[in-house]
Order: sequence, then C-alpha cells, then structure tokens
Amino acid sequence: MSPITMAQALNTALHDAMAEDEGVVVYGEDVGVLGGVFRITDKLQDRFGETRCFDTPLAESGIVGTAVGMAVYGYRPVVEMQFDGFTYPAFEQLVSHLAKYRNRSRGHLSMPVVVRIPFGGGIGAVEHHSESPEGYFAHTAGLKVASPGTPSDAYGMLREAIATPDPVIFLEPKRRYWLKEEITWPVEGTPFGRAVVRRGGTTASLFAYGPMVRTCLDAAEAGEAEGWDLEVVDLRTLVPFDHDTVTDSVRRTGRGIVVHEAPVFAGFGAELAAQVSQRCFYHLEAPVMRVGGFDLPYPPAKLEAYHLPDVDRILDAVERSLSYV
Amino acid sequence: MSDPPTSHALSPHSPAVGAAAPDPSSLLPDDEPVQLLDDEGVLHEVAGYPLDLGAEELRQLYRHMVLTRRLDKQAINLQRQGQLGVYASCLGQEAAQVGSAWAGAAQDWIWPSYRELGAALVRGVDPAALLHVFRGTWLGDWDPRATGFGLISIPIGTQALHAAGYAMAARFDGADLVVLSYLGDGATSEGDAHEAMNFTGVFQAPCVFVVQNNHYAISVPLAQQTHAPTIAHKAVGYGMPGLRCDGNDVLASYAVTKKAVERARDGQGPALVEAVTYRMEGHTTADDPTRYRSDAETAEWQGDEVRTRASQLREAIYDAPHGDPLELFEHVYVQPPASYDEQRAQLRAELEQQEP
Repeated sequence: MSPITMAQALNTALHDAMAEDEGVVVYGEDVGVLGGVFRITDKLQDRFGETRCFDTPLAESGIVGTAVGMAVYGYRPVVEMQFDGFTYPAFEQLVSHLAKYRNRSRGHLSMPVVVRIPFGGGIGAVEHHSESPEGYFAHTAGLKVASPGTPSDAYGMLREAIATPDPVIFLEPKRRYWLKEEITWPVEGTPFGRAVVRRGGTTASLFAYGPMVRTCLDAAEAGEAEGWDLEVVDLRTLVPFDHDTVTDSVRRTGRGIVVHEAPVFAGFGAELAAQVSQRCFYHLEAPVMRVGGFDLPYPPAKLEAYHLPDVDRILDAVERSLSYV
Repeated sequence: MSDPPTSHALSPHSPAVGAAAPDPSSLLPDDEPVQLLDDEGVLHEVAGYPLDLGAEELRQLYRHMVLTRRLDKQAINLQRQGQLGVYASCLGQEAAQVGSAWAGAAQDWIWPSYRELGAALVRGVDPAALLHVFRGTWLGDWDPRATGFGLISIPIGTQALHAAGYAMAARFDGADLVVLSYLGDGATSEGDAHEAMNFTGVFQAPCVFVVQNNHYAISVPLAQQTHAPTIAHKAVGYGMPGLRCDGNDVLASYAVTKKAVERARDGQGPALVEAVTYRMEGHTTADDPTRYRSDAETAEWQGDEVRTRASQLREAIYDAPHGDPLELFEHVYVQPPASYDEQRAQLRAELEQQEP
C-alpha cells in the first residue's frame, strides 16, 4: 500500500461520504469540473453528477446561505470556501444563521452542514490566502470547529464532520495537503472531542492542531538533542474541546505550551491556557506558554517565515517554561 | 426531520447552467403596477392576470386581511402595554401579504422577514407563536416543516439565501414545490438578496421573490435605496422576469404572484414580484416616523380601518412566562460540548440560590 497525501485522503472522504449517503452534496467555487483549486473535490462531479457536486456563482455568503436552505430541505451540504481569507463575506450567514438556526427554531431545524476552509500559511501565497480564522468560529456557540493534522485523521474527521448533525467548520491545513501517510483502511476514526497524544513525553506538553501538529513533532524531535522528552498533543477539534486529555497531559509533565499560526492575542491558545490554569493550577511548574504568529495582519509571502511559529520558536518557549524551576 | 432526498429523486438532471440567456425585453416589468381593483373597489380584468378565485376564496382573502389588521393593532397595543419588547407592524401591507401568500400551494414554502404577520396567518402559523418572538419568550416557536413558513430573519435580506437554497434543493430533488422569498425594498440593497436572485437564476430554481416595496427602510426612502427605475427592473439583471402589482390590491397581489408561482412550478425558473404598498406605521414600535415623513404623505395612503376581536391573542400573550432558563442549553447543538454540563449546573445552582 503506497502512502497518500492529505489532499487525497480528503478527496477519498468526500467520495466515500457521497457514495454512502445520497443526501450529501458538495458545492462551492470551482469544485466541479476543475475539482477545486487544491483538487480536494477532484472527479466528484464525474462520479456523482452535477446535482451532487457543482460550481456556484462566486459568492461566499450565497454558498453558506443556500446551504442553510438545503439543510432545511434535508440535504447534507458540504461547501467549500476557496481560501480562509475569502470566508469573511459569509461571516453573517455562518454566525447569524448556520450557528444559531437550531437554537432559534427550538430544536426543529438542525444544520448538518460542513464548511470546508483551506486555512493557514506557509505556502508563499498572496494576501488573504494564509489566514487562521479559527478563533472567530470557536467563539461562536452553535458551531463545531475541527482541524486535522494527519492524512488519516483528515479522512476520519471529514467523514465524522459530514455525519455530524451539527454545523462543522472544517479547517484544512493547506500547507499539509501534500503531507503523506500510509493509511490502513478502513480508517478507525477517533471521535470529535477527543485529542490524541501523537508523541508521549515527560518534559513538557506541546498542544497544537492542524498545520502545527507536524511542526510540533519536528520540534519534539529536535528537542531530543537538548535532552528534552516533549509530549505532542493533537487537539483535533477546538469545539468540542477535550479537557481530559489536555489536563491529563499537563498533570503529568507540569508544563504546557500551546502552538498555533494565528496571532497569540485572544487566540485559541488563550482559551487553552486559561482552561489549563484553572484545572491544573497545582500541577503547573510554569505558566502556560503561547506560541503563535505575531499580532499582525498576515505578512507578505517573503516575510511569512518570520511570522509563523517554527521549531526554534517552539523550543525557545520550552526553554522559557523550563526556566521556572 | 423530513426524509432525506432519495436516490431516485437525485437521478441525474443537470441544473440549467449555461442555458441560453433570455431576451431582456421579455423580462421587463409593465409600465404601471398591475391593478385589478380600482380605488372604488371595482374589479377590472387585466390581460395575462386571470382571477381564478371563487366566492369562498374571496371571502377567505378578506377574512385574512381583517384578521391581520386586527391582530397587528393588537400587537402594537400589547407592546404599548409592555407585553411585547418591540413589534414590527405590517399595517397597510395586509393585501400585499395575504394576496401573495395565497398564491402558494400547500406544499410550497415561505421564507419571511420579521414583518410578515399576514403571510404567516395564511400559512396557519399561530400568531401567538409569532408574537413570542417579539415578547422574547423564545426565538422562534413554530415548526417550519409543519407550516411551510420558515424562521423569521432579522438580519435584512439574509433569508433570501435560505429560500434560494431550499428552492435549489427542491429542483435537484425533482419536487413539485415553489418557494416564496419575502423581502422589503431595503433588503434589495443587501448582498444576500442579490446573491439569492443570482443563484436562483443560474440554477433556474423555483423561487419567487416577493418584494414588498413599502417605500421605507426604517427612515430611508426608496429613492435613496436604489437608482433603478423600479425594483422589478432589477430582475432583468438576474435573467428573471420582474413583475409589479398594486400591493394594496389583494387580487392583483394574488394574480401577479400566482403567475410567477405557476411559471416557477412549470420549471421556468425564478421571478421577482414587486408589490407596491406603504408602511403605515413606523418601522417598529420603537420608531418615530414623524422625524422623516409627513402626515400628508401618510394620509394619502390611508385606507379604511377594519375592526374585529383579538381577545384570544391577548390571552396567549398576557403575562406569558418565558421558558425554563435551563432550556437555553437544549437546542444549540444536537451533540452539545461537555462544557454545557458544567455551565448548565452553574445556572441551576444560581437559580436555586435565587429561590426564596
């Protein structure tokens, strides 16, 4: 069995979900004939026809707003925002309708909708193509927020997202689309709301999701040279959030470092740090460190390496944590 | 939940993407709004807009208009008494709403704004359920699937996309179903209304946009809302016909909407109906229209008042308690996050502390 990329895993997940459930429809900009700008929807229109996978006019609010209507009708729309920075025209439909519809209807109308968003930087893209908007959505009650860090998880998590009766913001780490993994089929998916320890360790706990899972694993490997045994926890879903795995990890290591590409200020790391400080106060040897992008608009491509967290920035944070003795 | 669409229903039939663009002259509205009843109430035949209603249905139209007006006035009074937090009156728009909604069949859907009491009554929505939204007992408390009357949308024009999506779904599913999307004149300036009309045009979805042009978006008059000749002219840009009717003429509102509905049901795609009417009250009970329009202008639109009883509504609203605060956690998710257990317990403890 040859390894497959995360992009292929996502494509396979869409294919399998559409084959299994005829109510699943995939639509967005350029997802039909072209197969998506990242080819995540490649050949789905060929296989399932133009009413199951189709291109829409170029209008993100329209894509999400019609998904609300299609979900009320009984379909399970899986829609694509072409890039993170193009999600904002749909913000009102996401926040005011998709997230609130079930509650507003007193439970009459559920929203089994997945909004796929290629997100994050590191691919040398032009402006508006490298953003990390997860904080907005994690802060919005009614939405689930998921981001896979590995190809096999990308498959399992997208399948679960589509099967979930609640709306899911599915953030695909675009710099990891080409990350390869040998996948054992069928994938035994880990459910939403459960974090996974990708690497056990004793020195400190690194927490990440999506694109930074790989970076943290690289940091943990590099940390061995310092004699550090770093644990890496893949959060997988920000909502629902797995308190148990996170607190268990910190109680064992006594130190937590949360890593994301998004700016640190008011980022998801702040939520994790607050949760850990409340739940693990007497186990903590140091404050929870936050590693992320600077509090800046996303920089031009040639400067993104200075903005994004990398192995060195993560190991510096480990060192700062260890300075509390 | 309704049954999911079936494989049979999803058999390949291409959305009419790429169909030849229609001749624009065929999409243009008439020079004047269609009127079947003149100012004296005399019925005139208008070519292309036949009236297919018998005496009983005409009585029903009248009954629903009277009911709408009486309940609307009752709602205003309830707000004045402090029973409702706010209310958006449809006084003056009864004919536009009742007539257009009457054009829908039982299986058709209406996606309303927040000023649609008349349309709601036609669909059999309990008016008390509608007023609970304005009282704040809950955010929406009728089953849209049982009534074909969707949730009201307060963010302007956003419901047009839900209507468009529902109509697209119906088309892909091969269902015999037309969607009526209710908007105001102000909403036609919103991006979502534009996107909805564009989507339904591209996908030839069975959606009729019923735009009640009541001449005001809160205080901003139509002339500052659009430079289009009429709202109906906007339809041409989406490749759909724009129709206009006298929105204060219930029969014209019915006949013109019916024409659009039948066309959509026949697979000919969406249409826009502009019902020209007037908002007699302020935007809501919180508004003061004397700041932006004259009494003389309002008087020009003034019609006869009709009175009937609405005591049942009062009973349903007077001192209606809000729901159990713990229910706030019930409907957000099908699968709520674990934090809800803690937060629900916290609220429960706080409630217990408040007990005397």
